Amino acid sequence: MKKIFVSALLVLAMSACAFGAAFKIGGTGPLTGGAAIYGTAAMRGAQIAAEEINAMNIDVKFDLRYEDDTHDAEKAVNAYNALKDWGMQISLGSVTSKPAEATAAENFADRIFALTPSASSAAVTEGKDNVFQMCFVDPNQGTASAQYIGEKKLAKKVAVIWKNDDVYSKGVRDTFVENAGKHGLEIVSETAFADGNDTDFSVQLTDAKNKGAELVFLPMYYQPASLILAQAQAMGYAPKWFGIDGMDGILTMEGFDKSLAEGVMLLTPFNADAKDERTQKFVKKYQEKFGEIPNQFAADGYDCVYAYCQALAQSGATPDMSAEDLCGKMIEQFTTMTFNGVTGENVRWAKNGEVTKDPKGMVIKNGAYVGLD
Amino acid sequence: MTMRRLINLKRAEARKIYLTYAVVIIAYIVCQVMSSTKFLSSSMRGMLVPICAYMVMAVSLNLVVGILGELSLGHAGFMSVGAFSGVATAILLQGVIPFAPVRLAIAMIVAAIFAAFAGFVIGIPVLRLKGDYLAIVTLAFGEIIKSILNNFYMGIDSQGIQMSMLSDTTRLLPGGKLIIRGPMGISGIQKIATFPAGAILLIIALMIVFNLVNSRSGRAFMAIRDDRIAAESIGLDITKYKMMAFVMSAALAGAAGALFAMNYSTIVANKFDFNTSILILVFVVLGGQGNMLGGIIAAAVLTILPEKLRSFSEYRMLLYAIVLIVMMLATNNAEIKEFLSRLNPFRRKEED
Repeated sequence: MKKIFVSALLVLAMSACAFGAAFKIGGTGPLTGGAAIYGTAAMRGAQIAAEEINAMNIDVKFDLRYEDDTHDAEKAVNAYNALKDWGMQISLGSVTSKPAEATAAENFADRIFALTPSASSAAVTEGKDNVFQMCFVDPNQGTASAQYIGEKKLAKKVAVIWKNDDVYSKGVRDTFVENAGKHGLEIVSETAFADGNDTDFSVQLTDAKNKGAELVFLPMYYQPASLILAQAQAMGYAPKWFGIDGMDGILTMEGFDKSLAEGVMLLTPFNADAKDERTQKFVKKYQEKFGEIPNQFAADGYDCVYAYCQALAQSGATPDMSAEDLCGKMIEQFTTMTFNGVTGENVRWAKNGEVTKDPKGMVIKNGAYVGLD
Repeated sequence: MTMRRLINLKRAEARKIYLTYAVVIIAYIVCQVMSSTKFLSSSMRGMLVPICAYMVMAVSLNLVVGILGELSLGHAGFMSVGAFSGVATAILLQGVIPFAPVRLAIAMIVAAIFAAFAGFVIGIPVLRLKGDYLAIVTLAFGEIIKSILNNFYMGIDSQGIQMSMLSDTTRLLPGGKLIIRGPMGISGIQKIATFPAGAILLIIALMIVFNLVNSRSGRAFMAIRDDRIAAESIGLDITKYKMMAFVMSAALAGAAGALFAMNYSTIVANKFDFNTSILILVFVVLGGQGNMLGGIIAAAVLTILPEKLRSFSEYRMLLYAIVLIVMMLATNNAEIKEFLSRLNPFRRKEED
């Protein structure tokens, strides 16, 4: 009860400082279930940004709302429709890829502009002029990882373990395998797993070990990765580990022994240890409010709201405009503007909604993410 | 259904059937009017087609669970076979048949045929079993279907349809298009499923099931359910009748899957997992085994309920579970049942 009362007060306070003239901005993400860590992080990041912007002395104010989609396309469309009933003017799309594909089609049909924080599959933006991404598309992550490992000479013999019933994992694996040769990498072992047999990785790890892989590439989310790390240690296999942005979150996972992740490298656009003022301010605020270090999803959510703030201010849009009018203005702004945020400097968007920015390599040291370079 | 056959039915049975049709048609008209006058919220409007699909699923599973008396835990598998074959058909026909409702109808028919075939193949080993063993094997087959679809690739180019398993080795010629992409499922689906199409499918499903249940075969189903040994002793071919119910049920589930899939721009095999099978079973159990109208209502209530609980944010699924438990207890309580039947206007006539 107390919690509800406090949140009611918060809502009142927020709407009071917005003077009732705020842009209604809504997003869907998994706030419950297996992928909840992503949805919650993106939502919290966006909340911090909205609070900061509402406290600033500028014309742009936000009324932010997130709905749970449990990482399911059907529920995501339901959540999207609930937001539409609420009066959403601009959208944060969905946090995860498949739900985002479904809601992006709705965004396109309803002419509501969307900027998704972290839905990385290429199909999200494909053929839709009003859906944009804050994160890299999956194929780019695979290419960038191969390039990074090759250029930094991290390893020559590489093993790949991937999840063959997962869009995200497959998207990254495909381009990684395709580009590995170009960067002097030899893929000695390639093994897969799927939903339902994702608890025992002895077969995959033994294969990688026997074929002498120096580095194991893990294009997957952090949950199976945490088991792989634990089982590799149990069998005395200690290669270099390389993950992608889905690995982000492993340190905040409940019951995970952080020492297992020691030395794991990952490619992600956000680095909580970066020394620039913007990142430090965000990290500090996030820690104060939620008691943990923000991951890349939180940073993406945070940047999305700031990108909207910049675009809305530059276009001179007002909260009484219809979603369709705002959509036109946002398409114009996002295809021309340059944005600086916590997930990268000089962030630009192509007409197809894809983003360009430099990825950062990170390594886990003493239970925290540290920049690799 | 011919009039003569209806007259031959027990009056209470006939009344139940008429009531089911009446409720479905009235509910359809009310929703359609409310939806076209914008009286219905976007949230409700968005759920109309999935609710129709779940209703057909409930009717279809009720045939196996309620009428035939066998527990099937893999029904979502047939739904996914229908979803994938139906959507693939619709995509292949995109250029050939520009009129969407016809394309949807053909897709649903193809989906039903594919799902019926899957039902037949699975039925051969499964229907030799009974009781708990049958239930567990259907569960396994549901998972097998999911795994196969997760590893299945299909594309089309100028040389025709190319297929591969495990990894994409279709090697499509330039201009070709990969339709089913393994774990990525199907993307970029044209959303051609409509609420009227869903309502028509539901009515067709009801007609098929009622006709079957009140035929010679239907009486055989119930005889097998009530006493297998007695049914066998009078010379009923148990496997044949079981297969008949199973295949028909799978076909309806396939059509429902196609309808469901074409309401979203994307579909993945993982959507049709064990949880979905159980959800459909919950519709049937909550609505009353063998009670078509009950299953239909349960499907609608349990689809809308989680959405209506959104205002409770993180306590939503907890509340959903509690409401579900309360409903299960209430519908099984003799006193509450007695109270409800007193409210039923048809009650006195039934006692004649």
